[in-house]
Amino acid sequence: MTATDLPVNNGVNVEALLGARQALGDSPDIAKFTWRTVNSWVRGTQSRSSVETFYGLGAEQRHKTKFEFDADHPEVFAAEDNGITPVEFVLVALGSCLTAGVAAVAQQRQIQLNSVTATIEADFDIHGILGADPEVRNGFSDVRVSYDIDADASPEDVKALVAQSQKRSAVYDILTNPTNVTVDVK
Amino acid sequence: MPKVTTLVVGAGHSGLAMSRHLAERSIDHVVLERGEVAHSWRTQRWDSFRLLTPNWMTRLPDFAYGGDDPDGYQTAPELAGLIDGYAKRIGAPVRANTTVESVRPADDGFVVRTDQETWQARTVVLASGAHNVARLPPVAEAVPPELPALTALDYREPGPLPEGGVLVVGASSTGVQIAREVALSGRPVTLAVGEHVRMPRVYRGRDVLWWMDAAGVLDERYDEVPDLTRARNLPSMQLVGTPERVTVDLTALSRLGVRLVGKLAGVRDGRLLFSGSLANVCTLADLKLGRLLDTFDAWASRTGFDPGQAPERFPATAPPRAPLTLQLSEIRSVVWATGFRPELSWLDVPILDRKGRVVHDGGIAGWPGLYLLGMPFLRRRRSSLIDGAGADARELAEHLVRFLG
Repeated sequence: MTATDLPVNNGVNVEALLGARQALGDSPDIAKFTWRTVNSWVRGTQSRSSVETFYGLGAEQRHKTKFEFDADHPEVFAAEDNGITPVEFVLVALGSCLTAGVAAVAQQRQIQLNSVTATIEADFDIHGILGADPEVRNGFSDVRVSYDIDADASPEDVKALVAQSQKRSAVYDILTNPTNVTVDVK
Repeated sequence: MPKVTTLVVGAGHSGLAMSRHLAERSIDHVVLERGEVAHSWRTQRWDSFRLLTPNWMTRLPDFAYGGDDPDGYQTAPELAGLIDGYAKRIGAPVRANTTVESVRPADDGFVVRTDQETWQARTVVLASGAHNVARLPPVAEAVPPELPALTALDYREPGPLPEGGVLVVGASSTGVQIAREVALSGRPVTLAVGEHVRMPRVYRGRDVLWWMDAAGVLDERYDEVPDLTRARNLPSMQLVGTPERVTVDLTALSRLGVRLVGKLAGVRDGRLLFSGSLANVCTLADLKLGRLLDTFDAWASRTGFDPGQAPERFPATAPPRAPLTLQLSEIRSVVWATGFRPELSWLDVPILDRKGRVVHDGGIAGWPGLYLLGMPFLRRRRSSLIDGAGADARELAEHLVRFLG
């Protein structure tokens, strides 16, 4: 059965995802993915990232098309504002990841979603990145996500959807837990 | 080489329940025990340990609690005495102080080598327990080795811990119980909290386990539960057995002054790092508890049972804002309460999965004639409790008899 045969349709093929979990049990190595993007400086604080290929399921994979994203800084940072700031990309990533999770979990739990809107905010003290106060970190001091969801379910069930989505979210994990980062120069 | 139809490894409540069911079916068998009957209950529990289940739930085949405190909670020595008495009463053929060194397949069953004799057995029942070895998370390696660290198997009481801050890692029943008593000893306690199972000790005037038993929650079968992997890996319920029937959830611990932080995530530059996911794991546990209480209330209305107290819902867990990092110097000792695993290095049968767990279907192991007993959610939710051993052993004994043909 596919998702479209089900009375509840959020457009997520849950059977395929659950099938994948089953398949991983037999060959755990296919679970190993590598994501990548290539970032090139344009000018000033502007740079362009392209995303086209990734590795997974034991082979090189390719998106349907090459996606490009420009990042820059706003005029209040004396920049030209030719794209969103890198930290805003982090908010974009968190929101998209959690919302994808909400849809998938809702499908699995047979909850029809009518609309899902999340507002993601992060607090940030630029003393950190300016090196003006060593006690202030460079990154966010707080991240808040506020969901407004219209679904055919009780408020408790909707809360459970959002909680479960966080539990299974990659970006939520990336933001809430430390990750080793190595940067080298060729 | 002595021959026997069935060898049971482990004379705890599970192995003995199996012995009772094998005897009833006239299957000749021997129960091998590395120490004395109920060995791990005697040697591997902290001093204040009591069962999470009330005494009336300590049921084994042909045994029910007959003491004068059915609603109390047994200490480990009391339970060891009870299991020992049970072994004697059913005349279980226990070989004490016999350590199994290997179990390997042979032409007609298995060869079981021990530090005494070597046995030939057509069938083998693994009942040596789920809690033999403390399971430490990978982050344990990042903690400086000079920091005194104990596992829940080594911990006995707060006294010997160094003065100063204690980090308890893990909020299962073990972790919350140790955090509570260390805090009561006057030491500042930090509890690192990942996914956990919040539970009130008493609901509508009855023990929460009474409700689970009555409403059929404990009878949920392994082949009916939607996500068995998850069900088998759930941390134990945040419960403690005390005469006062206190609740030991995170709200109660906070009131005792225990500092709650997220899951221990790493150590860097002399600081402990904790996950920022504390709020969500609390929300998950609160919602899960709400659904469980809904189940109890629905059962009560359906059956017309009136406990004399109206349904209630407990306030959401609202941990104070948790620090994300702590200076290592604030912590003088660590207690790892991050779960246990079976020790089966002596099992030379190729049925372990990539994580070293026995592959089995409700206790029927993936090798003909081999059975597994006494594991969390083996055949039903009740399997994790002493009270689950009887039904599991009966069903596996029935299978074993059919297997022998």
